[in-house]
Amino acid sequence: MNGYPAEMQESIKRVEATRMRRIDETHPRMPMKERERVLDQYHPDYIDEKMRAVRVGVSKGQRMPLEMADIVEGRPHVSPDFDLDDPRTETDVLIIGGGGAGASAALLAQENGAEVIVTTKLRFGDANTMMAQGGIQAADRPNDSPAIHYLDVIGGGHFTNDPDLVEALVADAPFVINWLEGLGMMFDKEPDGTMVERHGGGTSRMRMHSARDYSGAEIMRTVRDEVRNREDGIRVIEFSPAVELVLDDEGHVAGAIVMNLETKSYAYIKAKAVVMATGGGGRLHFQGFPTTNHYGATADGVVMAYRAGAELGYLESMQYHPTGAAFPEQILGQLVTEKTRGLGAQPVNKHGEQFVYPLEPRDVEAAAFIRECQERDNGVVTLTGQPGVWLDSPMIEIIHGSGTIEANLPAMVRQFKRFGIDITQEPMLVYPTLHYQNGGVRLEPDGSTEIPGLFIAGEVSGGVHGHNRLMGNSLLEVTVFGRRAGRSAADYARDVALGQPNLAHVKAWNDELDEAGVDTGVTSPILLPDYTRQT
Amino acid sequence: MEEQQENLIPVYIMGKRYMVPPSLTIMKAMEYAGYTLIRGVGCRGGFCGACATTYRIKGDPKLYFGLACQTVVEPDMYLAQIPFFPAQRASYDITEMKPTPATFFSTYPELLRCLGCGACTKACPQDLDVRAYMAAGMKGDIAEMADLSFDCIMCGLCAARCPAEEAQYNVAILARRLYGRYLAPRSEHLKERLEEIEAGEFDAQLQELKQLSRDELVEEYETRDIEPEEGE
Repeated sequence: MNGYPAEMQESIKRVEATRMRRIDETHPRMPMKERERVLDQYHPDYIDEKMRAVRVGVSKGQRMPLEMADIVEGRPHVSPDFDLDDPRTETDVLIIGGGGAGASAALLAQENGAEVIVTTKLRFGDANTMMAQGGIQAADRPNDSPAIHYLDVIGGGHFTNDPDLVEALVADAPFVINWLEGLGMMFDKEPDGTMVERHGGGTSRMRMHSARDYSGAEIMRTVRDEVRNREDGIRVIEFSPAVELVLDDEGHVAGAIVMNLETKSYAYIKAKAVVMATGGGGRLHFQGFPTTNHYGATADGVVMAYRAGAELGYLESMQYHPTGAAFPEQILGQLVTEKTRGLGAQPVNKHGEQFVYPLEPRDVEAAAFIRECQERDNGVVTLTGQPGVWLDSPMIEIIHGSGTIEANLPAMVRQFKRFGIDITQEPMLVYPTLHYQNGGVRLEPDGSTEIPGLFIAGEVSGGVHGHNRLMGNSLLEVTVFGRRAGRSAADYARDVALGQPNLAHVKAWNDELDEAGVDTGVTSPILLPDYTRQT
Repeated sequence: MEEQQENLIPVYIMGKRYMVPPSLTIMKAMEYAGYTLIRGVGCRGGFCGACATTYRIKGDPKLYFGLACQTVVEPDMYLAQIPFFPAQRASYDITEMKPTPATFFSTYPELLRCLGCGACTKACPQDLDVRAYMAAGMKGDIAEMADLSFDCIMCGLCAARCPAEEAQYNVAILARRLYGRYLAPRSEHLKERLEEIEAGEFDAQLQELKQLSRDELVEEYETRDIEPEEGE
């Protein structure tokens, strides 16, 4: 194949020259002190002028990226006078978002006796869950335990995680694996049924379960198929993102206003409980970074929940995945799964030398890549000026045998082959890419918030991962907390009696913006990024 | 500016001509042309199947298929996306089924109408051998169908092209779910772990960790032993 220009091939030759020697060399792990220094100097979260405090609302003062603050402080789509007397439809539990968390919540809410509507921005399943490649963590091998998993999560998160949420995450994990298998998910297994499990960045035990490198897609299509089989109890409405929560006169959640994305008309869906499962905000492109996220990832849930009075947390922390594609330009920022490193591929610089332990926690690894390119000038620069370091995938074939990449990373092979690059023979050029929103809406372990009837699940939430999420804990999060929120919402909806629905909080929000003199010029949630050419 | 203009190439979006940079994917070319995409766009990373696209090149009789987010434009490309394609989907309770060929044929009787023409295989943007997995299905070999169809992203191009009116990708997900639930070997260590957790064996450890101060946690974390990588 000839996907790489001649300049880059020169550097590839150096990578090839050192490869056999490097097979037996492991770069040492970074000591804690150096981790802190690298993060402070090179991680995007630590660049003060790219962050600011939000000026209104219950979490006034919370720091977040400028792009996030602008939409959090945005103006609502609908007026406080929007007519709520005649809801378009009613249900027990309304789930906003059709990704992994939303689908899991729908199944559990329905099983617990609720009538359910799922409303989603694009198609059901168009979500970051679908794109997750590497795997899902669960401590189910004899040398592992939920406690060891707990320690990895907390340490990876810089000891700022909410302990109760971490406990829920790790204790539910093996049950979620069992649940998914019962639904018919195909995990990678040995012939005797033993799960194939590997390391991810920051794990101290091999507990990464996978389904080739379609782990998230396999989860998403399986739970989606199951939701579709329960059409009597779960209605799915596509191309209809929510734009505002509705409360009743006692401050309980009373549903949401949704927008028909194609006709641009708004409608009120009345509900006794709402599960907010809208995912993250990678398409806000914080600090101009490319993203691995799907098209609809615009942090809608943070905006809506905050306007209704829910607390935010940890939003000063975004995850930049160390290995986004840096070449070719057409797939810039798209994910190269961490499983590639889990299988033995080392990150190396333009001289073909290692410069970091391959599986540091993601923020540390990403910061080390940026340092290698910026401070040490050891990165490879493409013709469009994009820096990157090599991820030496051909090592995998040498370590584990020929055919390993094709069997374990078929999506990656396909992705690069389309552009003339054979990753079984040639390394990939990678650079950090915006991957995950560590922070979001605060929640309890049962998914509840301080707003009665509002439940939270998945990437829209904040606290589970502290200030850095480990690989394999987001597929776990969407299923663990999706299930918890769905169950809790059904239980809550059974007993609640709704009062008069209203949008008083929207009026209060507008008033607060006016009083504070805040005008970011944005109507939010923004729903989709604008990629049309600006002429 | 003029020099830049010369680098642009013509493409035809649903029959209408636009000049776009040659390095763009079909999806980005449509956005460059001014389209705000709602249908025919999803993950933008080749995993969701939302952007199934069919195209011809002027003067070439062949019909091509691809994902708009993964295919680079070529001069004189005639593009049309398939925003939605209706396909038969059975409704079933996976817990009540048996993983047998009979289940398969009764749930999707049209499976047996497959002509083996291979139009599906030619259309697959994932380069799957759809005809082969359908053949496995007709033999009642659920495991093989599950394996061969595993990388399916359910974009629907196979169903759009099928003269026998099959919805291959819906049949395939039934195969995978039957395989995953019933035919894949069970994991003993998972079963044991569930029993241990239910018996409360880890509760004390977790509570103990939750009580630790930050310094104590850091100490525990830094001194935890790390399972060696495979092969070490």
